[in-house]
Amino acid sequence: MTDSLTSSTGSVPAGFDSGDDTLIRVENLVKHFPVKGSGMLARTVAQVQAVDGVSLTIKRGETLGLVGETGCGKSTLARCIAGLIPATSGSVFFEGQNITNLPRQQMRPYRREIQMIFQDPYGALNPRRRVGSIIGDPFAIHNTATGGERKRAVQELMERVGLNPEHFNRFPAEFSGGQRQRIGVARALALRPKLIICDEPVSALDVSIQAQVLNLLADLQQDFGLSYLFIAHDLEVVRHVSHSVTVMYLGRVAESGPGDQVYDHTRHPYSAALLSAAPAADPDAAAERQRIILTGDVPSPINPPMGCRFHPRCPKAEDLCGTTEPVLETKSGDPSTHLTACHFPVQTGEQMARVSRREQR
Amino acid sequence: MSITELQYQASQAESAPVAAIEGRSQWQLTWRRLRSDKVAVASIVVIILVILFAVGAPLVAKLTGHPVDTAYTLTGENSFGNPVGPGTHGFWLGTDEIGRDLLVRIAYGARISLFVGLLTTLFATVFGVTLGLIAGYFGGIIDAILARFFDAALAFPYIVLALALASVFGPSLPIVIGVITFFSWAGISRIVRGQTLSLKEKEYIEAAKSLGAGPWRIMFLDILPNLLGPVLVLATLYIPAAVTFEATLSFLGIGIPEPAPSWGNILSEAQPFYAVAWWYVVFPALALLITTLAFNLLGDGIRDAIDPRTERLFASSKAMRKRGKRANPAQGDLGQPILVGPDIAVNQSFLSGGEV
Amino acid sequence: MSTVRFLIRRILTGIVVLWLVSSATFFLFFAAIPVQDVARNLAGRAASPAVLQETINYYGLEKPILVQYGHFLGNLVHGNFGNSFYYQEPVTTIIKQDLPATISLVIGGTLLWLIAGLAVGILSATRARSLFDRLATVGVLAGISAPTFVVGELLILIVYTQLHQHGIGFIETGYAGITSGVGPWLGTMILPWVTLAIVQAAVYTRLSRGSLLDTLGEDSIRTARSKGLSERRVLYRHAVRSAMTPVVSQLGIDVGGLLGGVVVVESVFGLHGIGQQVVTAITNGDQPTVIAFVILAAMFVVVANIVVDLAYSALDPRVRIS
Repeated sequence: MTDSLTSSTGSVPAGFDSGDDTLIRVENLVKHFPVKGSGMLARTVAQVQAVDGVSLTIKRGETLGLVGETGCGKSTLARCIAGLIPATSGSVFFEGQNITNLPRQQMRPYRREIQMIFQDPYGALNPRRRVGSIIGDPFAIHNTATGGERKRAVQELMERVGLNPEHFNRFPAEFSGGQRQRIGVARALALRPKLIICDEPVSALDVSIQAQVLNLLADLQQDFGLSYLFIAHDLEVVRHVSHSVTVMYLGRVAESGPGDQVYDHTRHPYSAALLSAAPAADPDAAAERQRIILTGDVPSPINPPMGCRFHPRCPKAEDLCGTTEPVLETKSGDPSTHLTACHFPVQTGEQMARVSRREQR
Repeated sequence: MSITELQYQASQAESAPVAAIEGRSQWQLTWRRLRSDKVAVASIVVIILVILFAVGAPLVAKLTGHPVDTAYTLTGENSFGNPVGPGTHGFWLGTDEIGRDLLVRIAYGARISLFVGLLTTLFATVFGVTLGLIAGYFGGIIDAILARFFDAALAFPYIVLALALASVFGPSLPIVIGVITFFSWAGISRIVRGQTLSLKEKEYIEAAKSLGAGPWRIMFLDILPNLLGPVLVLATLYIPAAVTFEATLSFLGIGIPEPAPSWGNILSEAQPFYAVAWWYVVFPALALLITTLAFNLLGDGIRDAIDPRTERLFASSKAMRKRGKRANPAQGDLGQPILVGPDIAVNQSFLSGGEV
Repeated sequence: MSTVRFLIRRILTGIVVLWLVSSATFFLFFAAIPVQDVARNLAGRAASPAVLQETINYYGLEKPILVQYGHFLGNLVHGNFGNSFYYQEPVTTIIKQDLPATISLVIGGTLLWLIAGLAVGILSATRARSLFDRLATVGVLAGISAPTFVVGELLILIVYTQLHQHGIGFIETGYAGITSGVGPWLGTMILPWVTLAIVQAAVYTRLSRGSLLDTLGEDSIRTARSKGLSERRVLYRHAVRSAMTPVVSQLGIDVGGLLGGVVVVESVFGLHGIGQQVVTAITNGDQPTVIAFVILAAMFVVVANIVVDLAYSALDPRVRIS
């Protein structure tokens, strides 16, 4: 099934050799949402510190997995990068160009380069529009194809993502969850972007369908040389697709580095807890592994804890953690790409689970 | 065979259960439901007849041989100078106080009524939807200012404004159209604004933004299609309201000026003749009632066809039992509120209810 | 927020609204058309050049528009609406004469339509899907579809004319002041009240039926029933009370329109109230009366809305006044 889509990918790898292989660089990004008081002259009474000084880079053709619990600010970060909401401070560079808070018209060319796939395959598709029109939207907005040309392009896209091209006249309601997510993928793919931000693209899907969609994303990455910012609350999903991983906690980066480093030499207790929570494919391994149960809820981002933001829930926390904020830095024996923000990082092989399931009871 | 092809087949299997539904849109479903609704179909037939009656008014004049403005002082009035009754001297529905053919005048009156009703509804819908979208989508200060306008237009007694305008400029058709439009758009705006507020938070709106779609494209291509149902229902209910509006203004002498016949000014002229010429009141009143009732029933039918769970005004007992006890009728197809009952009630009372 | 503060704020906004309406009125009647036309509108179509000049002097129509505006507002504050050339009397005198009929109509009509609408609505809700309910439903639709003046005319045709042809003279058109006896007063008021009630009650029937059906399905009502309270007590103490809130807010919307209803009903029945007076004034080209009516109407809407808001918050403690 070689078509014009796959054949046109020849142009993409060309960009690979252009020296700098950094596609997107986020520097010290901050996003605070004001909390308004009630009344007529609603004053700002507090700030939700959704994202508080996050830096990351994504290389061409690679996937960065962004992991954290619900409410840690990962979706907010994604929307700032996509230019959907203005950042409070910090910068986003795309191919070296600062695209932070650009006005809509100036942002337009970059919209073609950065696309998004959304979490909810039901909410992300307009129920009153036909699939052909939804997938054709990018062409219409950017005036790149019209009439029969657009229809052909839409059908090629549908075929490419594994949908029946004859169904372009249907409504989203007539598709299953997995198929809808494919529609979302086709729409994101339409303008041949360089970066696709996947905001928990499979967490709303059935486990059996998850793998299909993940495989599709992997195929597309190979064919088109795409970069992904892959957001998930589940480290295990990210493991399969990511070249590097960033773990976020309460608006800050806890740990980041190449995938094998973060998974095999986990340094941050929070990352370790997330990893231990993931269901393992091998039941024997699961039995062996001790689960680290985090106590308490995620604190409010309006009033985050002093010092290390994780310390109230951390099994390794000591006095220092409550007073001094740890710096994101390379820990002993790690490669320079592996950064951890922790005073007492987990050592390789350390049994960290002081609070095991049994003790909890 | 590539992986994608395998996936394609997998997804084919996945889609098997839904394959039976062949690309049928919401509107096709709505239309099918509407067609099976006897009351709605009857209303459509009545409305088409009224439209034919209005369009064919010159034909009616030709058939009876009585031009609309010709006063038949010899045959059209009795010896006391009063109107003659139905069937006398070839006046099928009788005559008015100066001996003009009542049937022909009612036919020409239908033209004015429908013209004003349809045109003002069109204007009000276009303004109302546009301003409602703007207020709801942009929010902030624009919304605050427009909201004041909605409130003012909804709270202000329209007859008072019509009185003031007629007093300064004299009654005329443009004033009638202007006043009715001015007092109709706000109701549509308010509902469109409310729906827009909730729709703009949907993920597909964010998706459109991430594609680079501008605000106007989002408003009219992404939000509006989701609002067409309620807007259509409202528009259908505004037509009879506007017809009533026009008739009331003309009745008070601040609407369509004489000698152009309007159902309202015919009824106004009929006032002194209650005791001697019942037909002079009854026939134009019937024309008005039948028309407004048909549009109201159709509006109800459309609402029911769009969302079968809503409360009906006029349903057969069988259908009522079948539907059983209904829950809150505010929820539409995909969990979006389609139409809230009381809103319609509000608008109806505002327009066609007793304030008129 | 306390009720007093709410009241003060509402009164202040009300004053702003009144100022806006009177300003709009001023510019419509005095500034939108040439001075000669203004004078002719104010003095009547048949006015002689001398009278026109007198009118121009009286109103200061040749002074700068802002000076005129100041005069206009000043007069309003003092309750001076000028003179009606048609009756050669101050407009305030005319309005005072016509007010009793209008007040009788408004109060009686509102009471009748509320009682009728709520009674039918509650009966329909408690006997949902019964014959009564279905008949009421048909009646509601007819009421909503029927223009006020058509209902009025048909009532005259059917009731008044028929009674008179049979020599029964209790029901009369026109207006008999209450000073001429309760009987004659009722005779002139019944049909206008019924007219208002027929067209208005429909909406209230539908509203109270719908909200009562909703309320009766709520948990709190089930709780009340399970406590062993009698059905009557459940219905009236619990359900009806909380079902009343949409009815009251509808009333708030309707008071504005009530003025329109008053104009129409008074015209149909020849009830000599301010509504009929203003229609006559337009026919006579008697503009000062029209101006006075517009401003009174705005005043009425403002005051009535404040009253309705207070009633709303009294009825439903969940609604915070804001």
